[in-house]
Amino acid sequence: MNIVEQTRIALLELFPDLAAADAEARAKAEAEAAEAAEAVAPVEAEQEVTAAAATGEAETATPPPAEESAEAATPETKAAAAEKEPAAEGPRQNGVAVGDYDRHGVHLDVLCDPQQVVAAAEILDQAGFFIEAITGVDWLKEDQMEVIYDYNRNDGRLCRVVVRTRIPRAEPELPSITNVYPGANWHEREAYDFFGIRFLGHPDLTRILLPEDADFYPLLKDFTL
Amino acid sequence: MTAPIRCREDETFVLNLGPQHPATHGVLRVKLTMDGEYVVKAEPVLGYIHRMHEKMAEDRTFAQFMPNTARMDYLHALAYNHGYVLTVERAAGIEVPERAEYIRVITVELNRLTSHLLWWAAFLLDLGGFSPLLYAFDDREQILDLLERVTGSRLTYCYFRFGGVYNDIDDDFITGTRNFIKRLRSRLPRLYHDLVTKNIILIKRLKDIGFVSKEQCRKYGATGPLLRGSGVQFDIRKNEPYSVYPEFDFDIPVYDEGDCMARYMVRMDEIEQSMRIIEQALDKLPDGPVRAKVPKILKPAAGDYYAAVEAARGSFGCRLVCNGDKSPYRLKLRSPTFSNLSLFGEVAEGMLLADALAFMGSLDLVIPEIDR
Repeated sequence: MNIVEQTRIALLELFPDLAAADAEARAKAEAEAAEAAEAVAPVEAEQEVTAAAATGEAETATPPPAEESAEAATPETKAAAAEKEPAAEGPRQNGVAVGDYDRHGVHLDVLCDPQQVVAAAEILDQAGFFIEAITGVDWLKEDQMEVIYDYNRNDGRLCRVVVRTRIPRAEPELPSITNVYPGANWHEREAYDFFGIRFLGHPDLTRILLPEDADFYPLLKDFTL
Repeated sequence: MTAPIRCREDETFVLNLGPQHPATHGVLRVKLTMDGEYVVKAEPVLGYIHRMHEKMAEDRTFAQFMPNTARMDYLHALAYNHGYVLTVERAAGIEVPERAEYIRVITVELNRLTSHLLWWAAFLLDLGGFSPLLYAFDDREQILDLLERVTGSRLTYCYFRFGGVYNDIDDDFITGTRNFIKRLRSRLPRLYHDLVTKNIILIKRLKDIGFVSKEQCRKYGATGPLLRGSGVQFDIRKNEPYSVYPEFDFDIPVYDEGDCMARYMVRMDEIEQSMRIIEQALDKLPDGPVRAKVPKILKPAAGDYYAAVEAARGSFGCRLVCNGDKSPYRLKLRSPTFSNLSLFGEVAEGMLLADALAFMGSLDLVIPEIDR
């Protein structure tokens, strides 16, 4: 199993419902793949017999069943991934989406509740990821603040994970992950500095880049020069 | 009348290193709690040259933000150019002509040489050796002249464009670069290694000083020579190849010791590897256009985009959030030294002040990049 799939399954622990559905889908896909593989063998053998009998048509007859079995196996796994893809309309549901790496530069895109960021960090810490950055995005129109955690790994196996969560703009609070990653300390201070996001349980949530007496949060969309 | 100075009961005192201190190379302040010559607690205080590039980005078109990228890490400005154009090209789906990719690699690697040479010079200056600075600046000046010919500037380059580069390189640049590499190759063993690397004073100042473990690097998100000096083979150019780097044969220097000497050796070896890349790129340089046709005003589709490059100090990443407008909705700039410096406090605890300065030098800090 490759690292992206491994991490995806590990992260599904955050969402028991999805994990169960995903495990079922995977088991089904595996069973079907096995079944198909079993089915292919006799079919091919049979066809070889018929092909031997009716020479000439053999070459054109053999490929389709093999293709069918391959297709039967992949849509299931794809469907399992597609389930968590953001729906085109309506807000995205919590879950682990497989990102389009070439297009967006991330392998896994997790949307979770604010209370789950620590659990997500713990899972990724266990899996050997490091924290690359923490930042916010101010969605003024939706009256929400998005907090984005970028994770990456340094052991040569390529897998970029982004964990995002939404918090109300009026009360931008969520738990701190400094207990899991001490390196998150400065990144959280920076997000506090720029957006006013309060990380509960942070050891020293003070201004880091702006002056200590600043009374504004510059990256808020309603802060204009 | 001012009150007489009294020692605290535990006899520690606070020492301010910076913000104007020659060893902090820029305006970094470190609040050191000292017990005699030993550091009890070190707290970097940042933000003295914070300019809020991320807010500026939201107020400008994609192209207008280009010059800002060079003003973060002014020592490896082209890598920052590169990281930014890669992100925007990914968002807007722009293809880059092959010749432009080669030119990007050549200039970025030349710029990496200038960065490492300047680090070497400044680091030795911190440690008390003055003359190496003159050798390194002599060599660095040659590269700056070469880069000035094609980019038009010497330090804060704004050379890359979406879909290519601003200017094609000419034969003079190519021969000049080849001559320079020949020259640096001949100077490296004697002037750099015999004189400095094998110097007993240097070795005593660096060996077993400032140990950083693999696990610390991971917990703090450290990248670049700091990580490779701790025995982790991680370089975006190899691990997450971008541009035409997969075409070249080069190694990622790794040292397991995790001390200042290991980080020193990683950078010295990287100088060799960068020269190898440049030579191969010059040999393979294809003909063709250096810039694709790209609309003046870009409006990438709404969404999140991420791209990272290996800058001289570690992995520099851009997270771009677009909403279909002509300027970024949000641009997060992930600078490597911000994460690298965040472990300073933990590692410097219990060090001698002079060793802490050696350790700080081995991190290769560029303050404008931390403060952004």
